[in-house]
Amino acid sequence: MNSTNVKDPEYFHKVVDCQYACPAHTPVPEYIRLIAQGEYTKAYMINWESNVFPGVLGRTCDRPCEPACRRGRVEEEPVAICRLKRVAADNKDDITPFLPEIPSIKNGKKVALIGAGPAALTVARDLAPLGYHIDIYDDQSKGGGMMRSQIPSFRLPDEVLDFEVDIILDMGLMTHFNHYVTSLKSLLNKDYDAIFVGTGAPKGKDLHLPGRDEASANIHVGIEWLANVAFDHIHKIGKKVLVLGGGNTAMDCCRTSLRLGGEDVKVLVRSPFKSMKASPWEIEDAMHEDIVIHENHVPLRFEVENGKLKGMYFQRVEAKYDANGKRQLVPTGEPDVFFPADDVIIAIGQENKFEWIEKDLGIEFDQWDMPLIDEKTFASTSPKVFFGGDAALGPKNVITAVAQGHQAAISIDLYCQGQDIHDRPDPHTNLYSTKMGIHEWSYDNGIVIDERYLVPQADKSITLNNIKKEVELGFDIATAFKEAQRCLNCDIQTVFTAPKCIECDACMDVCPTSCINFLVPAEDESELREQLRVPAINDTQELMVSEVLKTGRVMVKDEDVCLHCGLCAERCPTAAWDMQHFIYNTAKAGQMVFS
Amino acid sequence: MSYLKPKFAHPRLPKNDLGYTKKEYEGVISTLCAGCGHDSISASIVDACFELDIAPHRVAKMSGIGCSSKTPAYFLRNSHGFNSVHGRMPSVTTGANLANRSLIYIGVSGDGDTASIGMGQFIHAVRRNVNMTYIVMNNGCYGLTKGQDSATADKGSISKSGDANSFEGIDLCALAIELGATYVAQSFSGDKEQLVPLIKAAITHNGFSLINVISPCVTFNNNPGSTKSYDYVRAHNEALSKIDFVPVKEEIVTTYDHTSVNVLEMHDGSLIKLQKISPEWDPNDKLSIVTALHNARANHQILTGLLYIDNDSVELNDLINTTETPLNTLNYDVLCPGSEVLREFVGRYA
Repeated sequence: MNSTNVKDPEYFHKVVDCQYACPAHTPVPEYIRLIAQGEYTKAYMINWESNVFPGVLGRTCDRPCEPACRRGRVEEEPVAICRLKRVAADNKDDITPFLPEIPSIKNGKKVALIGAGPAALTVARDLAPLGYHIDIYDDQSKGGGMMRSQIPSFRLPDEVLDFEVDIILDMGLMTHFNHYVTSLKSLLNKDYDAIFVGTGAPKGKDLHLPGRDEASANIHVGIEWLANVAFDHIHKIGKKVLVLGGGNTAMDCCRTSLRLGGEDVKVLVRSPFKSMKASPWEIEDAMHEDIVIHENHVPLRFEVENGKLKGMYFQRVEAKYDANGKRQLVPTGEPDVFFPADDVIIAIGQENKFEWIEKDLGIEFDQWDMPLIDEKTFASTSPKVFFGGDAALGPKNVITAVAQGHQAAISIDLYCQGQDIHDRPDPHTNLYSTKMGIHEWSYDNGIVIDERYLVPQADKSITLNNIKKEVELGFDIATAFKEAQRCLNCDIQTVFTAPKCIECDACMDVCPTSCINFLVPAEDESELREQLRVPAINDTQELMVSEVLKTGRVMVKDEDVCLHCGLCAERCPTAAWDMQHFIYNTAKAGQMVFS
Repeated sequence: MSYLKPKFAHPRLPKNDLGYTKKEYEGVISTLCAGCGHDSISASIVDACFELDIAPHRVAKMSGIGCSSKTPAYFLRNSHGFNSVHGRMPSVTTGANLANRSLIYIGVSGDGDTASIGMGQFIHAVRRNVNMTYIVMNNGCYGLTKGQDSATADKGSISKSGDANSFEGIDLCALAIELGATYVAQSFSGDKEQLVPLIKAAITHNGFSLINVISPCVTFNNNPGSTKSYDYVRAHNEALSKIDFVPVKEEIVTTYDHTSVNVLEMHDGSLIKLQKISPEWDPNDKLSIVTALHNARANHQILTGLLYIDNDSVELNDLINTTETPLNTLNYDVLCPGSEVLREFVGRYA
């Protein structure tokens, strides 16, 4: 078996689990350390560079980083990464001195962005500082896209969203709000050098069951209803509300209903509770507001009397799994259940809407009517037209839209500069020692067992009566410090230099989590994994295998539960181990391509 | 510098029959120099006690003075311990052993603590066959006082300051065999595969067990020319056998080819399995090992492995017929049976 090539930045990138899991690869440990140091503005700017909407994401992100967090593997709960991000956003000072300068002399290229959601705004953020002239079109009256129309203000206050959207709009963009683009062809006929489509997945799925049309006055499609609430078109709802669906939109609908007059609000899901799509914390927050969730209820029909909605019938089912683990919802045979209702909100998913893209423009669509998009460049089959966000590869989340926006911006820039969009710029990486003295490091390596801290919430008696009142209060500074100290600094890498090793075993003996081994080389990795002091059964985590040492053995480190505590390096007499700060920043538009 | 070891452990750390992980056998973080061989020996003691399913409270860690004698802080933090005066560990252990033979005694000592100031104590513990494991962390120098040659430094070994040692080094193993030791082994701190089974067998052995472990001093005696450096020991290490300790709880299903494997049964039924490498040597034959040790010295070799074992060893308590019950649990009426018994006892000598 060959030794591990740690010169490939992707190796250490993968060790920083949170950053690796983040679609935008935000350098998480970096900004968490800055939060612990009280450097909120710097922490905010690291986020802003990477994910564009730290204040929004610090409240609403799907947090793919947290299930990946190493704390979750060595303790129980991951670091509250998302809510620490909010701490940076809440406590930052004036950031204007740190924002990029927008050149007054443009580079002569014009780009149209269709949609003003997270993906398109990211493209604008990346291209405006390079001198592009940018036109942005959106049918809403303000920018923000689904962040404004679908996320209720009790989770994301308007001023937080406005602040981060306005930073970008103020980069000299030409905004065309309240402007629904009905034809892509008409835009292509204008003198744009490139067009970016970031129109999201704006169509809520409907449920065509008996009674749907008769009772349409009291049956609402989730995301449309949320948008109407957000733009002040809807101010109330009936006392008895049924919300159909088990995703985050359903959670937002039921909690919004409570604030608009709903008293008896129920959520009904087809599947078992445990397979609900909503994020666990969204479900938790809804249940904290006394929302009742009924699992295994399949909607059958709307009950209508004299043209007025009375309620809804459901069939009771249970989940059965076949040999392949495929789920089937099988009726239990119990009698159908009736729930009375004044209003029903359907929140069972959302879809893309591309009627406005003419079929003869050279943009190919697949059998599901989705455009054919290159997943690296986000180019469509028409060289000028790029996609990003939910419009590109289907509905995901804000952070994914941002990540795709960055990639699309790189492609647009390369395309407009006449370069090959497949020659992508490399990430900016660096690796340098944190050694300050014999046993001193420039990071705080003393780690302790500490439970995850809860984010305090405002009292229900206040939040349920004011839809604008944010429920979560955010960490105070003292708690934020303690939570930040839970971070294991996974970006401080254990770097091993085989020729320096004298095989004294000190690192192996001191390692608190038994990660380090000295073994006779094995034929293949699976064999090696079994031979470790604690067999490495987590295949998603790499083994670091050194070159052959003096005695013919190799050093094998299982990255799985390494604490990055630096004890191996402290107990190493020859500095064969060193704790080195690894930096990985994904490339942005305008950065040089070295190939 | 870290003064505390994180309390984290690998979530899938194996447990022994008592339900303990190795964590329960560890001590505080070492304050010895980084890379000190002694830390590897500490880790080997942890491994041995964990693998033997010894409850930590049944162990007494005994030590004197020196780098070596600091190590009981770094292993078995849940065990008893006695950090004695320089060189007096063997006497303190002898006394403790006579007072309470139910504990497992692990003495750790260094080359100074054993071969210089403690020599007079050491040899008497050997000849009395005190039931203990005596581990010498032998680095051939006085590390705590900046690396002067110790009594076990080999003649000609070059110190860090560049001077060759002009005196003969004391061979602790040869000496112990001469004095009637019943279990003598030699090993290297950098070879846990050999050291751990040797410690396990030593703890199981019924009598005095000496393990002389060459343990490089990374700070003062790991230089070229030193005969106790990592590189030198690795280059001159001659293992007599490959040792495997089979505790009594494990059912033995294989039969051995006795021409190449020595199977030694211990008093409790555990087995020591030795895959012999050297044909002239027999672990039960004193003469063969004394010869081998002399030859090795002449050839600049360091013999390691189990050197000698006396399977019929009778330990001190049995030799002088002490009570099985620890003295601290004997009741007053047993300890002081009254004037009638005293009169009868004195009468025997009338």
